[in-house]
Amino acid sequence: MTAMTNPQTDTATPATPDVLISSRHLTKIYPTRDGRGVRALDDVSFDVRDGEFISIVGRSGCGKSTLLKILSGLLDHTRGDITLNGRPIDGPDPDIGVVFQSPTLLPWLTITQNVLFPNKIRRNITPAVRERAQSLLATVGLDGFGDRYPKELSGGMQQRAGIVRALVQDPELLLMDEPFGALDAMTREQMNLEVLRIWEESRKTIIFVTHSIVESVFLSDRVFVMTPRPGRLAEVVDIDLPRPRTLDMINSDAFGSYSGWIRKLLEAEGDF
Amino acid sequence: MTDMSAIDASMPKDPELKLTTPSRRRERAMSFGILLSILLIWTGLTNFGSIPAYVIPPPQSVFQWLIEGFRVPLSDASSLWYHTGVTMWEAFLGFVVGSALGIAMGFALAHWPVAERVLYPYVVAFQALPKVAIAPLLVVWFGFGLDAKVLIVVVMTFFPLLVNSIAGYHAVEEERIELARVCNASELQIFRHIILPSSMPFIFAGLHMAAVISLLAAIVGEFVGAKAGLGLLLLQYNNSMQMGGVFAVLLILGVLGFLLNYAMQKLEAWFSY
Repeated sequence: MTAMTNPQTDTATPATPDVLISSRHLTKIYPTRDGRGVRALDDVSFDVRDGEFISIVGRSGCGKSTLLKILSGLLDHTRGDITLNGRPIDGPDPDIGVVFQSPTLLPWLTITQNVLFPNKIRRNITPAVRERAQSLLATVGLDGFGDRYPKELSGGMQQRAGIVRALVQDPELLLMDEPFGALDAMTREQMNLEVLRIWEESRKTIIFVTHSIVESVFLSDRVFVMTPRPGRLAEVVDIDLPRPRTLDMINSDAFGSYSGWIRKLLEAEGDF
Repeated sequence: MTDMSAIDASMPKDPELKLTTPSRRRERAMSFGILLSILLIWTGLTNFGSIPAYVIPPPQSVFQWLIEGFRVPLSDASSLWYHTGVTMWEAFLGFVVGSALGIAMGFALAHWPVAERVLYPYVVAFQALPKVAIAPLLVVWFGFGLDAKVLIVVVMTFFPLLVNSIAGYHAVEEERIELARVCNASELQIFRHIILPSSMPFIFAGLHMAAVISLLAAIVGEFVGAKAGLGLLLLQYNNSMQMGGVFAVLLILGVLGFLLNYAMQKLEAWFSY
């Protein structure tokens, strides 16, 4: 735990057995016309242990989306190393499930077909997979909605289907890119509880990108605070709140001091 | 669904409160009323007014032309079945070929941005050209038969599909493509499962346009030079001042256009997700 809080210096430490993701000096430079390039990620190092819930907060342009794209295998990095279970991430991997900003359900497919879409692409729809999809839909309260089309569902229900789609492959790691940004505050709170329940039942590792400081403290074991220009991992904040988390914890003093500290870290980097 | 009658029961009875929207049935009745008044005025002016039959023929003469035209055997030079069939066949063939080429080329251009940037100026230039203007040229090249007319339809239906499939391809949400990519989808799978279905609303909007244009293009082609078809018949009747025949052909074209438009509208709505 102590090694994790200051990951920028422990580059020589070999990955311990329970480390799922390891990033060392990860750097991404986007080419530009003037040839100088834009540093979207600058020397980012961290470890994520198996079963952890990590949130990444930061302003637009801090590189959190870039980091998520590299983790999901959609984007190459320029320098450094990033590994999942010791293997370098060099492309999309069935062990990594992705939940997008918008639900991204395909409107011409039913909810069941949408949820099975990754398996259809990978040509591995089996009766066991179907069964798993059905039971996952049931656990998020979408029982009986399998034959409906996305537009017949509310925004929250659509995003739940999006989460189920990411879980059907039974990945080790779930990447969530501001998944509840478009939802109203009440639904958002419900979805946060839902995600925690899924996380506690499935023991997946989750990396959750958000704009909301409250959301990041409420959900996470650790919060990665990123700052822009260039995109850096400024601080890793351990959230020592008891589990399971409840909504009334948001009003506690400890919660307030965590969110205050994170806000200060983000503000230190200039104007909002 | 909640029970609507439950809502009604809980509503206070207030005669001032309007709960119904203007009825669709009344609007339909009004549309039909307009048609009926036009027919009445037409009948009145042509039978009892001073308008001569070589300017506007009376309705009964137009219907007589229609009945006659559809009753004579198919081999007769004035058979409306035959000429309607020829025109529709030209329009249909041209529509199928032109649309297919437009969709194929549109997706190809959109997929290879370099090709799109290099070729698009020509596409724009050619699209700006009034394509009916090349109809006489095509008749010189391909003669008075079917080929020239089909080609005119091909040229005119090609562009709506080209432009719409390029637009459809570019309108695909980036996240949908990312979704396919994180599932290790191949380029072909991305096209088949994401791009093609995502652009369907654009394709069908283009097909709708092209279907209506195809009829127009076939008629224009027949005006320029033809051995058969409603366009040729129209010209012949017009030249011999047989206004009953002219109106009969126009009526057929109107009904065909209306039906085509209606069918494509239904098809388009089906694919609008």
